[in-house]
Order: sequence, then structure tokens, then C-alpha cells
Amino acid sequence: MKTGIAFWNILKKDIQNYYLKPPNISWGIIFPLSWTLMQLIRSSGGINISDIRGMLPGLMAMSVLFGTTSMLAVTITFERKGRSFDRLLLAPISLSTLVIAKLSGAILFGIFNAFVPVILAAFFVDLVGINWSAVLLSVFLIAVTSTLLGLMIAVSAKEVFEAQTFSNFFRFPMLFLCGLFLPISSLPIFLRPLSYLLPLTYGTDMLSGSIIGTSMLSPMLCVIIMLVFTVVFFIYCQYNIHRKWFC
Amino acid sequence: MEQISRREKKAMNTTDIVTVSKLSKRYENLTAVNGISFSIRQGEIFGFLGPNGAGKTTTINMMIGLARPSDGSITINGIDAVKNIKKAQSIMGIVPDESNLYDEMDGFDNLCFCGSLYGMRKVPREKRAKELLEQFDLTNAGKRPFKAYSKGMRRKLTIAAGIIHEPKILFLDEPTTGIDVESARQIRQLLLEFKKDGTTVFITTHYIEDAERICDHIAFIVGGNIVALGTVPELMESVSHGYTIQLVADTNLELLADELQTHLDSCIVKTGKNNLVTLVSEERIALSPVLQYLSGKGISVFEAKELRPTLEDVFVKITGIEAAKLEKEREKGGMSK
Repeated sequence: MKTGIAFWNILKKDIQNYYLKPPNISWGIIFPLSWTLMQLIRSSGGINISDIRGMLPGLMAMSVLFGTTSMLAVTITFERKGRSFDRLLLAPISLSTLVIAKLSGAILFGIFNAFVPVILAAFFVDLVGINWSAVLLSVFLIAVTSTLLGLMIAVSAKEVFEAQTFSNFFRFPMLFLCGLFLPISSLPIFLRPLSYLLPLTYGTDMLSGSIIGTSMLSPMLCVIIMLVFTVVFFIYCQYNIHRKWFC
Repeated sequence: MEQISRREKKAMNTTDIVTVSKLSKRYENLTAVNGISFSIRQGEIFGFLGPNGAGKTTTINMMIGLARPSDGSITINGIDAVKNIKKAQSIMGIVPDESNLYDEMDGFDNLCFCGSLYGMRKVPREKRAKELLEQFDLTNAGKRPFKAYSKGMRRKLTIAAGIIHEPKILFLDEPTTGIDVESARQIRQLLLEFKKDGTTVFITTHYIEDAERICDHIAFIVGGNIVALGTVPELMESVSHGYTIQLVADTNLELLADELQTHLDSCIVKTGKNNLVTLVSEERIALSPVLQYLSGKGISVFEAKELRPTLEDVFVKITGIEAAKLEKEREKGGMSK
């Protein structure tokens, strides 16, 4: 019960202090909107509304990736710099509880970000036939793995600008390697193995399967692989936190 | 016989709430803390004194669980704080050297949030937060964001946050550094009140006067080693040799010095400027014969006082660190005296 109170209040504090701040809400809306428009007018020389549904998996995955990695890496680095994070480390709650509470805020923010393009798309195209439970599961798993990536960055960075630099170092290559906008089959052959080492590839594939009905891998396999990524990332983060934050 | 002495030892130790044994912290090329041992009794104020870089913060960080010891053991209220730090943290209150509350939250919310980290439910933590704001004279600032607080107010709210869950032991790292005289005085007063309520207080500071005023036991740490440990009178005793009495007379006694020395043959008599006479003796000096003798010579004495060494004298003597250096460090930390 005591752990539950601490968990809920850390999550509530993060949502109030960081995620519900106007700049972050506007980021969550403007960023996916800009990318949607950019994709629509990219090469065809004009807006092609019917493309929107095809772009949704990539836009959703990208929105989650950018929302979660930025927010968690920056907020933790910011709190560590101001030493308010020490207060959390000194609380009589397990490190896992603390980490999960911090992750939960970013995961919720990521899920919110993912559905901004969906809401916008709903005004222009028919979204009938989408497997929403599979979409939700995919978005959740992408949010979890991306948030853990953000945590890995936060553990390594000492300054907020370092966290932002590290985030971009991971994120931008992922945009091109994970099949968000370019099919993996069209990538140079030597880059393809790299794509399969990234969790976002599997999340995007699951989203494609549930929104446009085309996927490379079985959804069950994608779920299992993403769960494995989640466990490995979580253990690695815990190990690194012990090594770097309690030295 | 051995059985009895063990029992006695156990009885003595039951009052120890903290036991630190052979505690060390080594970094690659540096030993920050070198096998220190000490214990803290329940309900006392324990001062941990030393210059900057002596190992005070490293020691406190190991005790509260922010750093892992390289060697040694820490027992807090019977809990092995190296192996089971989370259990030990539930009875600790921690006030770091820099305020670490949330700038964007107001004072009241900061206190409530800190209470929630210890599993306090909404109603009791809000009640306690209100009480603390009142106790710390911060009621009017309760709804102001923490970032708008002055340094003294920030420090007071940080202390309030450290005690919201009514800990058994309170750790304070440099609590009066960099704040104004009045806030520093209030904080010393609060620490004495905690002691009255039975809370054990562990305080690190390089303000020796603070420690002398409020601490029951003091440890001096220099270069990662504890160089002296004891109560304030014990530490004083360790460096004071004999007794010194200083008199202020109505006239210069330089001409009478030799005569006075003959009369008080057990003392060394020194006369100085401003009609001062200093008497130094291995034995306690009875004042009335001196006063009678001077009165017989028609000399009035306006003031007579026994001079005792200050804790700073003790520190300087034990550590060899000069007072000037300490003064410099105080200035670096921000003057509050």
C-alpha cells in the first residue's frame, strides 16, 4: 500500500510538472501534425488524402518514439542535475518501483502522442476495419521500449543537452531503419540486419498489420520480441543505475 | 564473568541507534573515507566536523544509501543499512546540503509529495504539512512556488520535508551553510527541539561554533580519518592543560606582577594591556584569596572569568588546520555567523 501511494504520487507529480505543461502538450500535437503534412506533400507535388491511412503506422510509431525518449531522458537528467531525483532515490521504495513510476508517465505521454495522428486522420479518411486492440497493444509496446531507450540515455547523460544529443543519435537513424516510411526491403542489404536489432521495427510492423493489413512478421512473434527487448532494456537500465547513480 | 560483561556491553549498546564500523570509500586513486568507526546514541545530536573534502558528505551518503561503501558496516536501528538500505531509509529523514525540492511546486505540495514517498496517506500528510509550515513560520509562503523562496526559507522547507514522516533519525548535511544569521539561529533551535522530542540528529558541518552549541557528541574527520571523537567537554579536556582565570582590574597591574607572582606561587601570572591579569595553574584557582589580596592593595576587580578553550581551539590543535583556513572555508560556504 505504501509503495502504491509513492508510485501514484511520483506518476502524478511527473504528469503535472512535466507532461501537462503547455509546451509539451503543443509538442505532442504539433510534431505529429507537421510530420503528417510533410509526408502528404513530400514528393507527389500535392496533398493526397488517400495516403493518410498508409502513413498512420509510421507517424504513430514516430510520435511515440520522439515523445517518450525526449521526455524521459530530459526530465530525469533535469531532476538529477537539480538533485531532486536524489529525493526519489532516498525514498523507502524499491528502485524498480521508482523506475516503473518514472517510465509510466512517459509511456502515457507516448500513447497520447500516438493517437494525435489518428484523431487528425479521422477527419479525412475512413478508419473502419482497423484492429484497435492490436493498435493499442503495439502502441503500448513501442511506448515501453522507447521509454526504456530514453531511460538508458538518461542514465548515461549528465546534462540535459547531452541527453538531447544522445536521443537524436538514436532516433533519427531509427526513422529510416525501422520501416516507418521506407519498407525495410528497400534498404541496402547491409543495413537490414541493423533494422532487426531495433524494437521499433517490430512495433511498426505490428501497427502496419493492424491498420493497413500488411506486415512482414507474425504479430505474436513481434509481441514476444518486444517483450524480450523490454525485459533486457529494463535489466540493463537497473544495472546501469546501480553502477552509475550509487557510486 | 565474561557473560556479565557481554550483557553489560549489550545494555550499553541498546541505546546506540547507529553503529558505523570500519567504513571505507575508495575511488580509483583516492580514499575518501578510510576505515572510520563511531556510534550514535538514541536521541542525541551527533556532529561530524571537518574541512571541505574531509569525507563528511561521502560518509553521510554511504549512511543514507546514496553511495556504496567499499568496506565496513553500517547498522541503523538494528538494520544492516548496507544490505537493506530501503528498510533503513523508512526511519531516516534526510536534509541534503543543497535544497532538492521541486522548484515548480509550491511549499505545501512539496511537503505533501515528500510525505507520499514514505507512504503517508492524503489526509495525514496534508495535516502534517500544514503543521510543519506553521512550525517553520512558512504558512504564508505555503502556496508560493519553491523557486520564489529565499535561501533561508528554502533550507527550512527542506528540513520540514525531511521530517514530514517523523523519522527516528535525521541526517543533515551542512544545514546552516549559506543562510542568514536569523535562519541559522532558527535552525539550531529546531535541532534542539527535535532532540527534545527524542529524534536522533546526525549533522555534518564546518561551522565549529554550531557544533559546540548543539552537539552531544562530535567527531572530527580529516583526510577521511576520524582524528578525534567525544563529547564537547571530553574534547576540551583532551587539549586543555590546567585552568586559566582572567581578571580586569581598575588599574594597570604590571608594576605589581612580581609581587602577585610571589603571593600566588601556584599560578603563573601574566599581566597585559587594558588592565588585564591572567592566572594559569595546574590546579583549580580559588578566586577569593586573589580578590582579597588585590582589595588589600586598594585595587578593584571589575571582571573575573575562567578561560576555557573553544572547540575551534581543540579542532586546530588536533587537526593542525589553522583557524585562518577554516575562516576561508566558511566564506566559501557563505557567511552566516
